Amino acid sequence: MNMLNKNSVKELKQNKRINNFADGIAAAFFDSMRYDPTVLAFGLGATDPKNIFGTMAGLEDEFGNERVFDTPISENAMTGMAIGLAISGYKPVLTHQRLDFSLLSIDQIVNAAAKWYFMFGGQQSVPLVIRMIIGQGWGQGPTHSQALQSWFAQIPGLKVIMPAFPKDGYNLFRSSIADPNPVIFIEHRWLHQMSWNGEGRVVSPTQLGKSNQISTGSDITIVSNSIGSVYSHHAANILKKYNVGVEVIDAFNLRDFDINSISKSVAKTGRLLTVDFSHQFCSIGTEIIAQVLPLNFADLKIAPERIALPNFPVGTSFNIEKDFYFSTIDICKKIESMLNVTFPNIDDELKEYQSSSKKRFDGPF
Amino acid sequence: MKQEPITIEDFKEFFSKIVRIRTIEQAIAERYHAQEMKCPMHLSIGQEGPAVAISMQLNASDKMLSTHRSHAHYLAKGGNLTMMISEFFGRETGCSGGMGGSMHLIDKSCGFEGATAIVGNTIPIAAGVALSQKLSKSKNITVVCFGEGATEEGVFSETLNIASVKNLPLIFFVENNSYSVYSPLAPRQSINRHITKISEAHGIKSLKGNGNNIEEALAISLEATTYVREKRKPCLIELETYRYLEHCGPNNDDHIGYRTKKEIDFWKSYDVIANAKKAIKELGVSPDSLEKLIQENTKEEIDNAFREATLAPFPKIERSISYEYA
Ligand SMILES: Cc1ncc(C[n+]2csc(CCOP(=O)(O)OP(=O)(O)O)c2C)c(N)n1
Ligand SMILES: [Mg+2]
Repeated sequence: MNMLNKNSVKELKQNKRINNFADGIAAAFFDSMRYDPTVLAFGLGATDPKNIFGTMAGLEDEFGNERVFDTPISENAMTGMAIGLAISGYKPVLTHQRLDFSLLSIDQIVNAAAKWYFMFGGQQSVPLVIRMIIGQGWGQGPTHSQALQSWFAQIPGLKVIMPAFPKDGYNLFRSSIADPNPVIFIEHRWLHQMSWNGEGRVVSPTQLGKSNQISTGSDITIVSNSIGSVYSHHAANILKKYNVGVEVIDAFNLRDFDINSISKSVAKTGRLLTVDFSHQFCSIGTEIIAQVLPLNFADLKIAPERIALPNFPVGTSFNIEKDFYFSTIDICKKIESMLNVTFPNIDDELKEYQSSSKKRFDGPF
Repeated sequence: MKQEPITIEDFKEFFSKIVRIRTIEQAIAERYHAQEMKCPMHLSIGQEGPAVAISMQLNASDKMLSTHRSHAHYLAKGGNLTMMISEFFGRETGCSGGMGGSMHLIDKSCGFEGATAIVGNTIPIAAGVALSQKLSKSKNITVVCFGEGATEEGVFSETLNIASVKNLPLIFFVENNSYSVYSPLAPRQSINRHITKISEAHGIKSLKGNGNNIEEALAISLEATTYVREKRKPCLIELETYRYLEHCGPNNDDHIGYRTKKEIDFWKSYDVIANAKKAIKELGVSPDSLEKLIQENTKEEIDNAFREATLAPFPKIERSISYEYA
C-alpha cells in the first residue's frame, strides 16, 4: 500500500512523499493545521497505524494528541462533540472510514450542525468538516459502500463536496476546512490511489467554488462528480478520436453547482448526460436534469439521460459488483446510443484503456 | 459564582430567583391564551429549583446548554428576558431572530450557548464545548441540562464515556420529573436502573438529591461545581423535581389521569418556593416581604418585555434565507 508513514512528516513538509490523492488529503490536513491552530482532526482509527488509508498519517506526531485523536465508536456523540467545538472557536474535522458509519450521527448532522446557524438567527456558525469515505468495491456489500450524497445534499445548511482529481481533493479539502459552515466532504475510495505529486500546495485556501469544466466539446454535456468526473473525463478523451466533443462539468459542490455554466453548455451541445455513483432514484443527476429542463427545454435535441447505480443495494459477490458499478466504458456506450452513432472498434479502444488504467482498490477493507 | 459555604444570602438569592422565574412563567402561561405566542412551549413551573441552584454556582463565562424545557435555565443563567419573550412572539428581535421559538433559546452574552428540541441533542454538543475549555486551558466549566427521559437516548451513554475518557469539565445536569410527556417511568426505565449508577459505571462522580429541597439542591450544586472546577473532571447531578402544568402548553392537565392525585398532592406539598420560604424563616428572616418585592419588580420587567416584544417587527422570509449559510 502506498501510504505515508509516521516518519514521513518532514518529507510531507518538503512536498516529498506525496504520490496520490490519499497523500494529498494528508497534506491538506497538514497545511490546514500548520497555518490554523484551531483545526482539530479526529475520527475512529485516526491515529492507528493505518491512519484512515494514510490520509491522516503523521498528524498526531506533528500536532500532538490534543489536536489529533482516535475516538470511541460513538458516531453520534463524536459529531455532537465536533459541533460543540465548532461553536466554541475550533474547526474540527471528523473522519468516517465509511459513509455508512455516519448514519449513526444523523441527528447531530441534520438537527444540530445543519440547523445551528439558522435556528439561532445567524448568531453562531458551525465551521465543521465531516469526511466520509465511500468504499465501493472488493465485496464491501450492502452496508459498507453506500453513496448517500443526495441525502446530505437535500439538507439546507450543509455543504456537500465531492472532489474528483487529487489536486481538487487537496484544494477542496483546504477550502472546506476554512469554510464557516458544516461541510460533508465525501471521498470515493477509488480516487485514493490516483497519482499526484503535491505540486501546487498553497498557504491560504481559496473560497469553496461551485463546479469545474474539465473537458470541452460541443456534442454532449456531462455533469458529474467525484469518480464519475474522472471516468467522464477519460470518456471525453477516448471519444476525441471519434471526433465527438464531450463537455464535462465536474459539479463537485452538490448543493450549489453552477447551474448557469451547465445551462450554457447544454445550450451549446443540446444534449445532457449526468453521471453519479449513487442510486439513481432521487439522485443528484435527477436534480440537475430537473433544473436544466426549464432553462434549456428548447435547446435539447434529445431527452437528458442519467448514468447512476441501480436502485437496489449492491450484493457482495464479485460477480454482482462487476455488473452493479459502471465505468468509462459504460459512459462511452451511453454516449454512442444517445448520439445514435456507432464508434468503430470502440471495444478494442476500451480494452486498451482498461488495461492501462490503474488498479483502484485491492482490499481487504 | 459562590464557592464558599452556603449562607443566608444564598438562600435569599435562591428564593428571589425562583420567585422571579415562576412569576415570569406564570405570566407566559396566562398570556399564551391570546394566541400570539404561536410556538410549542414547555414551561418550567414547579421545576425552578434545580435551574437556580446550579446557575448560582456559575459565572457568565461558564457555559450552559439545554433542551426543549429551557426557560428556567436560560433565565437563571442570566438570559435576556425581553429577547426571550420576543422570540416567543416570533419577532426579529427575539434571541434567535424568530427562527427558533421557545425550544431554541440562546444568549451567548451570558454563556447560554443554546437549547435545542431533539431529546438528547445538546448532550454531546456540551461535551465539545467542555473540550474547547480544556484545549484552551480555560478555568470555566460547562453544564448541560436535560430530563430523565434523555438518559434513555444512546447518546447520553456515549457522552458519559467520552467525558470520562477526556476528563471534560462538564456537568451532566439531570432533572428527573418522572415523566416523558405522558409516559411514566415504569415502561421506560427498569426500577433497578439508577441514572447515577450509569454515570458512576463510567467513572464519573455522581450526586443525587431533591431539587425542590433548597439545602440539598444548593449543596449538591456547590459540591459538583467545586469538584469539576478543581479536578477538571466531569460530574453528574440528578435532581428530582416535578412539573405542575401539562408537558407542553399553558394548562393544567391533571384531569386526564396520567399522574395520580396522590403523587401530584405530594409534590405540590413539596413546592420549591414553599420549601425555600420555610428554610429562610427558620434562619430568622421573613420571606414574605421579599417575595412581594420580587413579584412586583418582576411584573414590571414582564410588562416591559411583553410591550417591547409586541412592538418589535416580524422577520421577513428573506431573512430566513440569509440564515441558511454563514
Ligand atoms: C428524539 C426525540 N424523541 C421524541 C421527542 C418528543 N419529546 C419532546 S419532549 C419529550 C419528553 C422528554 O422527557 P424528558 O427528557 O424527561 O424531559 P421533560 O419534558 O420531562 O422535561 C419527548 C419524548 C423529541 N423531541 N425528540
Ligand atoms: Mg422528564
